[in-house]
Amino acid sequence: MERRDLLKMIAAATSTGFVCRFASAYDIRPPVELKDTGFSNADVALLNEVGETIIPRTNTPGAKDANVGAAMAVIVADCYTDTQKSIFKAGMKALNGRSQTEYKTEFTAMSSENKLALLTELDAEAKQHINEQKGKGEDKQPHYFTLFKQLVLFTFFTSEKGANEVLRHVSIPGKYDGEYPYKKGDRAWYR
Amino acid sequence: MANNEYDAIVVGSGISGGWAAKELTEKGLKVLMLERGKNIEHITDYKNAHKERWDFPHRDMPTQQMKEDFPVLKRGYPLNESTYGMWASDKDSPYVEDKKYNWFRSHNVGGRSLLWGRQSYRLNVEDFLANKKEGIAVDWPIRYQDLAPWYDYTERFAGISGSKDGLDVLPDGQFQPPMDLTCVEKDVAKRIQKSFGGARHLIPGRTSNMTQAKPEEGRTACQYRSKCWHGCPFGAYFSTQSSTLPAAMKTGNLTLRPFSIVKEVLYDKDKKRATGVMVIDAETNETIEYKSKIIFLNASSFNSTWILMNSATDIWQGGLGSSSGELGHNVMDHHFRVGASATVEGYEDKYTFGRRPSGYYIPRFRNWGSDKRDYLRGFGYQGGSGRSGWQRNVAEMKLGADLKNAISEPGSWNIGMTAFGEILPDHSNRIYLNHQVKDKWGLPVLAMDVELKENDFKMRKDMQQDAIDMFEAAGLKNVSGFDNDYAPGQGIHEMGTARMGRDPKTSVLNGYNQVWDAKNVFVTDGACMTSASCVNPSLTYMALTARAADFAVQELNRRNL
Repeated sequence: MERRDLLKMIAAATSTGFVCRFASAYDIRPPVELKDTGFSNADVALLNEVGETIIPRTNTPGAKDANVGAAMAVIVADCYTDTQKSIFKAGMKALNGRSQTEYKTEFTAMSSENKLALLTELDAEAKQHINEQKGKGEDKQPHYFTLFKQLVLFTFFTSEKGANEVLRHVSIPGKYDGEYPYKKGDRAWYR
Repeated sequence: MANNEYDAIVVGSGISGGWAAKELTEKGLKVLMLERGKNIEHITDYKNAHKERWDFPHRDMPTQQMKEDFPVLKRGYPLNESTYGMWASDKDSPYVEDKKYNWFRSHNVGGRSLLWGRQSYRLNVEDFLANKKEGIAVDWPIRYQDLAPWYDYTERFAGISGSKDGLDVLPDGQFQPPMDLTCVEKDVAKRIQKSFGGARHLIPGRTSNMTQAKPEEGRTACQYRSKCWHGCPFGAYFSTQSSTLPAAMKTGNLTLRPFSIVKEVLYDKDKKRATGVMVIDAETNETIEYKSKIIFLNASSFNSTWILMNSATDIWQGGLGSSSGELGHNVMDHHFRVGASATVEGYEDKYTFGRRPSGYYIPRFRNWGSDKRDYLRGFGYQGGSGRSGWQRNVAEMKLGADLKNAISEPGSWNIGMTAFGEILPDHSNRIYLNHQVKDKWGLPVLAMDVELKENDFKMRKDMQQDAIDMFEAAGLKNVSGFDNDYAPGQGIHEMGTARMGRDPKTSVLNGYNQVWDAKNVFVTDGACMTSASCVNPSLTYMALTARAADFAVQELNRRNL
């Protein structure tokens, strides 16, 4: 008996419609291992320190708690263009270069105060860079610290800890209210 | 061969195909529904349904590899990890762009019903008259009154939420209660109403997200997760899987065959009717014939036309339906990505709860009533509002705890809207077969030769300026217009190419969606549209399909088919 005939018979017997074949949809994307990103554990530690300086632990978790470094490595490796990737990687070297020149040590070994001072300097340089690049068309290239900062914020606020413990998140709200009460200090919804 | 015979064959399982299968099986016909892609089971196959961004390896962003694999899809918003595998492969199913054309397809059971925008509006009385009054293209063979009972019927079953606004331009329907507007939207609505003499209306979006459960169909009301595209485990929005397919399956009359690419409609030139379809198994490349009394083509606008172009070519070189000279012509979409945004002062003691999978709508007001412009037809706006989040620009804020605390709280209210404009049917906007390029199965592909015309460009100026004017009249701040450019197809509302009409010399289908040259072939997806209106079209495909299916069964019973 042909397979299709068999299926037809089953359908007739159960008196319900049927589907001939099954296969997968909503393909699950495989997780990415650090070894496949081209970044090392030391790189992740450095990115976590950069993250923690931008988004520190306060009475709520900070960037290091959310392990933003690991998420940043995966996104840079797979989602960035080659140009963005090289700016980002050169930026990591440049950051350690600056800390060596100005503070005689690696970035990760610096005190929190000095880390904040150095990144604040870089933040100002990045803003200056954005102003200088205005008007440049296709040749526009981001400053590495702009990439750092954007990716720290993105990976932090889209992390489980960031969403649930720093922002607020209700996975199944069940209702909608277009004028829900708010008082200063209430956290933003994750979305 | 006996086992390959059915009363009806439905080609395609998306929004209109699902309706065809439901209506025909419920009327007692044995139906074979063919789908070129893989099966997706309701709920069990929605593997990402409960995932959050952090559950995806790249936080739901596309990788460079994905962009390389989906060169067309990457031009639009739908390329992400949560819907990976749901969009058609640009590589397996290529097409030729004589002019840039964005074709976003889903080759799965359910088609784009799992991935649609869900906004559901009726065409109005004038939409069916405009071509005739203005001497554009050809007259619709039907009027609003012909379709109104079928809108009623499909809205009730699909589950559409929306307000009854009593507007001629946007007829009311059989709605569930509307989703709430935000406090800002409610106030802006009042101010627009006042500033424009009652001629412009901001109303809640009418959407196929339900606000009331349908327990008899196993469907729950919307839970406000706004994860529709992950597949809704609550069945809260209309899809083939949540709605029409279970109804069709329940009859015991439906056979659904995935991986079935319909290559052509088989045509008997002596009887002047179709006898069935030729299928290529997408996995085995095996060729199979299926026979039936009637055929519904619901393969999506362009693919239904592609099938016609490949059918009965020994009689008509251009394929079945080409005797009119209009097959493949009159491509339409809705042009958009133009509008305005603004910030809203105040409302600092207000926020939102829940993630509304819809927004507000401003129905067409141009070239309506006494309004006359230097172009034809009009546009409507879709928009939303809310308080900004961590993404907002806080350049002046110092790094560290200050920054963290500041952006962990919501920012000011923002509002925005984009216009969707009607594109006129134009013979020169066309698709045709390119036999030099072949798809994965060796079949010729479509070439796209479609562009915006003068009418559209004139309209786009109003689409931006009117948005700016309304926000300014509402007293909003930082009002800024935008035109982010648009390429045909981007609206994912492709229509036309096998239009309905009153004369076989100038149209492909008659007033019941029958191919003039083969009365037992019905085309009831977007291909049949004679004009585009400016409203989202899917609800109209549902109504047209239910109407045509009812007619088809009557004709079968009268032994006319």
